[in-house]
Amino acid sequence: MRVVSYIGESLKIAVEALRSYKMRSVLTTLGIVIGVTTVIAIVALIQGLNKSFTNQISAIGTTTLFVQKFPWMMNETQFFTYRNRPNIRVRDAEQLKEMSKLAVAVAPTLYTEQTTKYKERSLEGVAVVGSTADYMETSNVVPEFGRFLSETDVEHRRPLCVIGREVADKLFPDADPLGNRILVGGRRYKVIGVAEKKGSMFGQNLDQMIIIPVGVFQSAFGARWRSVDIEVKVAAPEILEDAEIELTGLMRRIRGLTSNEEDNFAINKQSQLMETYKNLTGTLWAVAIGVGAISLLVGGIGIMNILLVSVTERTREIGIRKALGARRSDIMLQFLIESLVICAIGVTIGIALAIGLAELIASTTPLPASVTAWVVFLGLGFVVTIGLFFGIYPARKAARLNPIEALRYE
Amino acid sequence: MLIELNDITKTYEIGTVLVPALKGINVNVNKNEYVAIMGPSGSGKSTLMNIVGCLDTPSEGVYMLNNNNVSDMSDDELAEIRNREIGFVFQTFNLLPRASALHNVELPLIYNGTPAAKRRKQAEEALERVGLADRMHHKPNELSGGQRQRVAIARALVNNPSIILADEPTGNLDSRTGEEIMEIFEDLHDSGNTIILVTHEEYIAEHSDRIIRLRDGIVERDEAVMERSA
Ligand SMILES: Nc1ncnc2c1ncn2[C@@H]1O[C@H](COP(=O)(O)OP(=O)(O)OP(=O)(O)O)[C@@H](O)[C@H]1O
Ligand SMILES: [Mg+2]
Repeated sequence: MRVVSYIGESLKIAVEALRSYKMRSVLTTLGIVIGVTTVIAIVALIQGLNKSFTNQISAIGTTTLFVQKFPWMMNETQFFTYRNRPNIRVRDAEQLKEMSKLAVAVAPTLYTEQTTKYKERSLEGVAVVGSTADYMETSNVVPEFGRFLSETDVEHRRPLCVIGREVADKLFPDADPLGNRILVGGRRYKVIGVAEKKGSMFGQNLDQMIIIPVGVFQSAFGARWRSVDIEVKVAAPEILEDAEIELTGLMRRIRGLTSNEEDNFAINKQSQLMETYKNLTGTLWAVAIGVGAISLLVGGIGIMNILLVSVTERTREIGIRKALGARRSDIMLQFLIESLVICAIGVTIGIALAIGLAELIASTTPLPASVTAWVVFLGLGFVVTIGLFFGIYPARKAARLNPIEALRYE
Repeated sequence: MLIELNDITKTYEIGTVLVPALKGINVNVNKNEYVAIMGPSGSGKSTLMNIVGCLDTPSEGVYMLNNNNVSDMSDDELAEIRNREIGFVFQTFNLLPRASALHNVELPLIYNGTPAAKRRKQAEEALERVGLADRMHHKPNELSGGQRQRVAIARALVNNPSIILADEPTGNLDSRTGEEIMEIFEDLHDSGNTIILVTHEEYIAEHSDRIIRLRDGIVERDEAVMERSA
């Protein structure tokens, strides 16, 4: 009861003090505002990055493995060692498909970028993929019109192609692409299907591509010497690891590796990217925490300074209150509440600014930066921590004043 | 015995110089006594009042209040004594400048946890008692000296303390206002309070039952007032 009535009084005093020293209060609060805004804005940015990254790599799928010559992440020396690995061949993919029990689809893929033409229209930088019928599943390319390449198409090396949405829109703005022949790298391919829209990944337009039989690709682009990437699709994310072990074993058998020889191929998957990404954002988090800690320290020192001034200015008032029966804890509470009020105002403004900033980032950049609910709790944490930590010294100083000396203070 | 002062001394230290303000005071005060303390400037009157009011501690000696030894009390216990037992009227008023008269009077009640509604009612009654019902929402700088002194008195009596200590309550006032203030004290005395007041004026002191005269930190004379002027 006693405490409750005193908290009310303390709040009144705090608001009153802030009101009578407006400029000073604004400046003090500013420190906290800047700190909180910075931290929350960085956190919002990181979360935006996360969301964006997760969206991006979702195109890779969590049920796909990539058997490749090189791992996705490696350093320079690793690159020079791995360069000497034998190339992966289309035959390897065929064998894997035959032997694997966990794979539901296995597609060898080759890739190049070409200009494609139809009549007078042309489109530059189209991704040309040479693959098999299984590519439809491994890469989740679903034909919206027409059909995908069949096993027979691939086997007989028919000059057929499935085109992405973008290619269809650009080359056939007002005609049906199905059945027409487009020109790629000096050869003509009959369009048998148009894929559904897929969006983009890391700035690459996934709809600006065409898929042709892998054998056709090899003869058209003289790529027999190039290493093939094998995409392997499994039924569910849970068996991805088992599949990885199985594929490693099968590849070793195909390559005839003895037990003391190392793998001379790599098996890549989406989660690898995730790990690398997490390392990257770890640095960002550290920056956020560092910047936040410093600015909040500065803000906190500002509060402490203002409270010390306030204690000195109100020495007589403290004396009066003590003479009338205020205990040490009451005076302490008075200044702690003042400190908390300054902090609370600063943090509230800070959060509001950060939300505005995040929206600005979201609307002017492709990053979906956003301030989430837990940030508000984080803010609350700041209020209590800084308010109490930096308020405690001035508050104690005030509480310990001798009443008669405080009353005599001029 | 309400107040027992035994060999109270107070020595101030200014750098290396020792200033003895009180040099062994022995005074007892009974419940419902009305005591005036007189003496020349610098004789130690305020120092003594501060000690009796538990605002300051003696250098030596024992102060028993209601048979409790004050020097054994903790900081919080002293705060509670100041809040419940003692109403202090300062020579310089010591009102909070930015708070209304009403809020100033409410202060002691805030520190003993009186609920807001009751607090307000009690404070209003106290202000009425000193004749300031129509000035409750004024700030101290909007009040005259006499009115401020009355706010200070209302604040001292709002908690119904057993002892009222007043250090030159009429020092800043003209004699007519002084008389008005003295009537309030007389009222309080009649309703059972113990009153100790410091004054330089004989006519003020004559309102009391007993006059203690200090000189150079000792009690020079301590005698009953024979005849009370009305
Ligand atoms: N805080 C202090 N520090 C040092 N000396 C002090 C202090 N307070 C009082 N004194 C000294 O103690 C002595 C008594 O002072 P006190 O204030 O009790 O006198 P007083 O009787 O109330 O005088 P007045 O009638 O002028 O108010 C004086 O000599 C004064 O200088
Ligand atoms: Mg004095």
